[in-house]
Amino acid sequence: MTQLIFLPILFQACIAVLLLFFFGKVKIQKIISIAGSALNLAVAGGVFYVVRLEGSMAVQAGNWQAPFGITFVADTLAVTMVLLTAIVGFAVSIFSAYTLSGNRIRFGYFPVFHFLMMGLCGSFLTGDLFNMYVWFEITIITSFVLLTLGNEKEQLEGAVKYFAMNMLASLIFLTALGILYGLTGTLNMADLSGKLMAIENRGLVNVCALFFFFGFGIKAALFPMYFWLPDSYHTPPTAVTAVFAGLLTKVAVYALIRVFSLVFIPEAFFNNLFLIVGAFTILSGGIGSLVQNNIRKVFSYLIICHIGYMIIGLGLFTQAALAGMMFYLIHDIIIKTNLFLMSGMIIKIKGSTDIRQLGDIYNDHPRIALLFAISLFSVIGIPPLSGFWPKISLIWGGIEKSDYLSVGFILFGSFITLMAVARIWSKVFWKSSTVTAPPNAPLFFDQLSKRRRFWILFPVGFLSVVTLYIGFGADNIHLIASRIAEDLINVDAYIELVLGK
Amino acid sequence: MNSVILRTAASFLLPLLIMFSVFILLRGHYLPGGGFVGGLVAAVGFVLHMFANGLDETRRLLMIHPGYLLPCGLSLALLSGFTPVLITGEPFMTGVWLDDPVPVIGSIGTALFFDLGVYLVVVGVSLTILFTISEEVK
Repeated sequence: MTQLIFLPILFQACIAVLLLFFFGKVKIQKIISIAGSALNLAVAGGVFYVVRLEGSMAVQAGNWQAPFGITFVADTLAVTMVLLTAIVGFAVSIFSAYTLSGNRIRFGYFPVFHFLMMGLCGSFLTGDLFNMYVWFEITIITSFVLLTLGNEKEQLEGAVKYFAMNMLASLIFLTALGILYGLTGTLNMADLSGKLMAIENRGLVNVCALFFFFGFGIKAALFPMYFWLPDSYHTPPTAVTAVFAGLLTKVAVYALIRVFSLVFIPEAFFNNLFLIVGAFTILSGGIGSLVQNNIRKVFSYLIICHIGYMIIGLGLFTQAALAGMMFYLIHDIIIKTNLFLMSGMIIKIKGSTDIRQLGDIYNDHPRIALLFAISLFSVIGIPPLSGFWPKISLIWGGIEKSDYLSVGFILFGSFITLMAVARIWSKVFWKSSTVTAPPNAPLFFDQLSKRRRFWILFPVGFLSVVTLYIGFGADNIHLIASRIAEDLINVDAYIELVLGK
Repeated sequence: MNSVILRTAASFLLPLLIMFSVFILLRGHYLPGGGFVGGLVAAVGFVLHMFANGLDETRRLLMIHPGYLLPCGLSLALLSGFTPVLITGEPFMTGVWLDDPVPVIGSIGTALFFDLGVYLVVVGVSLTILFTISEEVK
């Protein structure tokens, strides 16, 4: 039964290998990818259900006992992330099949996409820090390919920045692993948790923790290290950016959560560091989103802004704040993917990304505009929608710790988000459009066949329904988030599960 | 490169190098070697053949596009990982071994098939890269 844990990883690997057999055959690849992603949704849902029902599970790959072998652990946090990955993967797979040019698919878009999904599932499920590094490398290498596939000048320019910063982050991560292994002789997270406490050289342990903070911080686009993100995320096709926006920065946030709750027991210094960095991340991301004119860059800055919430949640480290952080993470993965899919739709409809020229969407396509409104209002956090509930928990966490400054920043961040979204809404949806000669966009939305229009809209609709569920079914999501928060505070159960004491 | 010496030597060296690569592959479990190095040595054999006889000759010799070796190798590696799950119910990637060693080859287990998968992937990838580059040079 516990072998189920491997299934999300292996299933993606199998899809990717199957796709490689049909390398260059566009139509078959589309079918395999969509069918595979739909099945994968069922697989991830099944694993999630089983873990919720029977509690966390751990398996030692290759049957070498922990801490010597590589452990895979499926606790509530990991399976939730895997399920979210599957949801995003399903939506993006359909969107890619109907919007990408045949050439990109011919040169291996889909196999690489599924290898990326495999890498993400792997980094969520592994219980070993070095193994996590390997999964991170897989996600980075595949994301390079996705970022540069198509060979446009703009793409390569963005990819250079992305490559340089992510390689630096990996290097820092690897250095930290080296120090950690030198200190304790193990890299199994559960084993480290106990052994690190016994080490007397606290200075070195803290330096090592800082290395982890910077390594993951670059990937998560935290305050001083975020500038690569808005410079590279607007260059590849929207389908690619949607995966990056939804999952790639969040996997680093996941790693931060895991490492700074399980391996390094949170100290006052790190909590304060997280609070300060989180506040500045909200500030810089929010202000950035207000001054940009490229619609995809506005959304890129909003990603940065909202990462700040989660980091503040991690810094507060109370039950309420952590539950709020987890709820926000769940909401954010779905909503950010959807925002970028929507920006892709807007580009398809109007053929421009410049919000000074865009407009008229509400006039021409009122129903589509309404669909977009669900996600846009959720981002702001209009009460019954999904962005609202996690903020309450976060603010409650701040009040519990009487950290009113952080509460202020959370409110300020919501306010800035409101302004940015209102600006998008009035300029892209209400204003009259001035897009002139259509640029070299392949096919405008209105000229597409009805069937194709439906399938391009379907992923956006699907993710909007998920968002609505997160908002209206907040009870269930909050239950999961609180459970995860409990697990993060009481790590003994995790350690016992892995080491079996 | 049109040299009689190279062409003659290459036609002898190709089978030798492939044999050597299999030798490296097999000794890899306990001694230095394994699928990765073995695959590289085999690829070098084909590259040498390509230098001596030209790209088209080597393509004809290989019969399939080297890119197809990639998914074949990957699925072999995946299957070898699945074997313990299916046969004994042990975790993924556990080594399952035959009781009696086979002469010449030695003990046969899932690790060998995993290595064989790596071997195929390495041959496939390096030949695909090198063929593509030399195509563009032409």
